[in-house]
Order: sequence, then C-alpha cells, then structure tokens
Amino acid sequence: MSVPSEIEDLLRTLAPQVLAALARRYDDFDVCEDAVQEALLAAAVQWPADGLPANPRGWLMVVASRRRMEMWRGESARRRREEAAFSSMPSDVENLSSTDDSLTLIMMCCHPSLTPVSQVALTLRAVGGLTTAEIARALLVPEATVAQRISRAKRRIKASGAQFRMPPDAERSDRLAAVLGVLYLIFNEGHTASSGASLHRVDLIAEAIRLTRQLHERLPEDGEVAGLLALMLLTDARRPARVTVDGALVPLAEQDRRLWDAGNIREGVALITQTLATAAIGPYQLQAALAAVHDEAPRAEDTDWRQILGLYELLRTIAPGPMVTLNRVVAVAMVHGPDAGLRELAAAGSDPALSGNHRVDAVRAHLLELAGDPVGARRHYRLAARRTLSAPERRYLESRAARLSQEPHA
Amino acid sequence: MKYLILIYSNPKSREVWDGFSRDQRAAGLREYEALHESMVASGELIVSEALADPSLAKRVTARDGRTIVTDGPYAEAKEHLAGFFLLECAGMERALEQAARIPEAALGLVEVRPIMALDGWDI
Repeated sequence: MSVPSEIEDLLRTLAPQVLAALARRYDDFDVCEDAVQEALLAAAVQWPADGLPANPRGWLMVVASRRRMEMWRGESARRRREEAAFSSMPSDVENLSSTDDSLTLIMMCCHPSLTPVSQVALTLRAVGGLTTAEIARALLVPEATVAQRISRAKRRIKASGAQFRMPPDAERSDRLAAVLGVLYLIFNEGHTASSGASLHRVDLIAEAIRLTRQLHERLPEDGEVAGLLALMLLTDARRPARVTVDGALVPLAEQDRRLWDAGNIREGVALITQTLATAAIGPYQLQAALAAVHDEAPRAEDTDWRQILGLYELLRTIAPGPMVTLNRVVAVAMVHGPDAGLRELAAAGSDPALSGNHRVDAVRAHLLELAGDPVGARRHYRLAARRTLSAPERRYLESRAARLSQEPHA
Repeated sequence: MKYLILIYSNPKSREVWDGFSRDQRAAGLREYEALHESMVASGELIVSEALADPSLAKRVTARDGRTIVTDGPYAEAKEHLAGFFLLECAGMERALEQAARIPEAALGLVEVRPIMALDGWDI
C-alpha cells in the first residue's frame, strides 16, 4: 500500500489527537486504540482514491467512533443497549486537540506497569500513528511480536485501572522521566538501524525527534525535555559521517566533519545553551552539552577536552553509570595523558557493572595505542572484538587491531 | 537484546523421556506449552521451534553451479540440537532466567547465545 506522503503526514498528526479525544470521552483506551488504528487504515485506502474529506479529523473521529461501537457490539449484547444511546457523531469534534490530551496520551503509553519494549511499541502506534507492520520493520522483529506487545500493553493498562487523565502531580515527574526514556530508546533504535541496511524502514530517528519536539512545544520550561531534544539533534547531526558506505563505523575523531548537519548543530547548540542558563540541570542536558562541545570543534584536535572532562565530572555526580565512568576515563586521558587514563581505567575496571564489558578492553586498547604500546593495544582490540555484541563495532575493532599489525613497530 | 536459547538432546535425556509414563509425558508437554505461552504473553518470544530428528538432516554443497546434497553428518552424533527459542528481552540475566525454566535445563542441556546487533557505540 502506497499512501501519498502528505496524506501519511496528515494521518500521523491526527492519529494521537483523535485517539486522545476518544479515550477521554469513553475511557476504554484499549478499544479506542484499536478503533483509531482501523480508522487510519480505512483513511489510507479511501483518501488517496476519493480525495481528502472536507474535515479529515471529523472523518476519522466518526469512523473510529463507529468502529469502536461495532467492537463493543461484537463483544457484548448487553453493552449494545447502552451504546445505542450515543450518536455516531461526537459533538466535540472541533475541540479535540488540547495540550493536556496529547500529554496524557503519551504518559498513558509509558505507563509504569509496562515493560520498555511495550512502551516503545505502544508509543509508536498510539502517539506516532505508525502501523504494527511499520513498527515491526523498524524494530526488526516480526509483526506478530509487535502486535502481541501492543495488545498485552493495553490489557495491562486496563488491568491497572488507569484512567485517561493526567497523572497526579506527585507522579508526574516520574512519568515524564519514563516518557523521555522511551523517546530516547526510539531514537537509539533508529541510530542503530542507520548503520545497517534500512531501505524500507520507517525513520525512527525522525520519529523520535518529531515526538520530542512536540513534547518540548508543550512543556517549553522543562529543561530535560529541551535537553533530550538538543541531544538528539546534536547526535543526529553526525549521522552522515558516522558510517561508511559499506556499513563500517567511523569513530568521532576520524569523521569528515564537513558532512555534519550544520543546521541541526546550530539548533541544538542554541537550545542547550539557552536551557542550561535557565532550567534546573539534568542528565540529558549534560549529555547534550557534551555533544555540543564535540560538534563545535572544527577538527578533532580542536576538541575542548577540559570542558568535556568537567561535564563528565558533573554527570558522574548526578547520574553515575558504567558508560559515564568509561567516557570520563577517555576524557582524563585526553587532558592528562594516556598513563593517567590507564590508571583511572584500572580502578574503573573493578566496578562489577563493567567487568567483562568489551568497552573496557576497547578503551584500554585505545589508551595503550596512545601510550605507544601497539602490541598491548592490538591484544585488547582483539579481545574487545571478540566480546562485542555489535557487528559494526566488531569490524571496527578488528580493523584497528589489523592496522596495528601492519605498522613497522608492531 | 536478542538471545537464542538452544536446547540439546543426548542419550541421557532421551533415556529420561523414554522412561516417562504417559502422564509424566503429558505433564512435560504441558510445562512446555505454559512456558511458550508465558513467553508470548510477555512479548519476548520471537520464534520457537522443535527440530526434526537429526537423521533427517541434509548437508548442502553448492559449487560451480552444481548443488550436492548429502546426508547430514549429525546422525551419529550423541548430542544434537533439538529445538530453540529466539527471545528479545532486557538482557542476559533475563534470558538466563527464562532458559532455567526449560525442563532440559535440569540435565544441563540448555545454552544461551547472545545475537549480534547492528548497533554501534559512538567512539
């Protein structure tokens, strides 16, 4: 099925609005979600053939409401009598898109009773307006698996007794954190896919940025929402230089920076600069600031490593984690020399979260290479290559090891 | 993260199965069914299959435009792959937890292999 892109864009914009309006009205989120999905499929078939209806949103609302009612009838004759009271055309069609509704919708999809994979699938369908098939292709899993995740997620939401309204104030910041986590997962899935063959795949990066941008428009004062948007823009800016035509990873230091997307960098830098000056600091903002420092260096050797080290010190304080530890070690090595880095790495390697992690070997190899020990570097590149679960990373690490073997001192 | 859970069969496990009464076999199959269903319900199962007897395996050689099929070299092997689950789950710990629920795990015949992914680290 090929739907013209302007119709597809319109449907994806309207999908969450119609779903939110229906769910607020009827409070049976699971049935409403199915009904909207079917209305979208009907529109995707009819609109290209018959032309756009005069009121596309009203059209979807009517079709989804009818479909919802048919589903109820199919389920229970008793309910049929109750439903007969509703007219087919909801009266508030023109008053669908309130700010709270779309926020409520995305928070519902990231409900704490759901696993992250289910939150991702449900958010992409209910908020992103993607079909199950599109999500399956994007996530590289079978359609049946995605369908199962979505229906299970909706059953869990129903079982939890959640109603379609904004969570109470006390829960709101946790729920928003879950939403940001899901959006970042979607972005990273897309970032991942960009290193593989991805001809027929929905662009999850564009989708994650679109949804985060919408969230930022609704919550412009929230520093972490702005931070995440900036982080996505600044990371995605490097996409054209990140992978070679044959799918090999190019490390930051070797990327052709002329290929970086200057527009994304400008927007991301402006956003994070303004946010850091006004909002309470948080991990996404710090990660965006780190990405900005890299993106602003015209050449790798111009990178302001002192500033990067300072940002990792901060990040280590407010959001410690194994990757923060390792990246900080690299920054220490860039500021104070590879031997200082290797000493820090020896201490970091004793962290149980990092034991057996191939990235410790990769960083050690890199630092040994900088320290002028090609034999040790090669050994650790090989060790890291054997332990990684990432195919492009394995190729990269193997090529580093091979390059060291060819050099005269190796 | 995707993981392949491999289930092997060996003379000892076949002996155990052969020694089962009808009720014990039925209970064993129900256990498998329940396991399968719970993996479907959690959204973690991608696919699972049981493999036919290794005596039915064929080895294929395609060379110089010709295809030669021979009987698999596995017919005589004492231990062979009998089935698998492909899961997508939170991590190795969770995959191991699921693997431990497979009846053959009691005999040490279950193996978990991480699947290579396309993701990469920004280095």
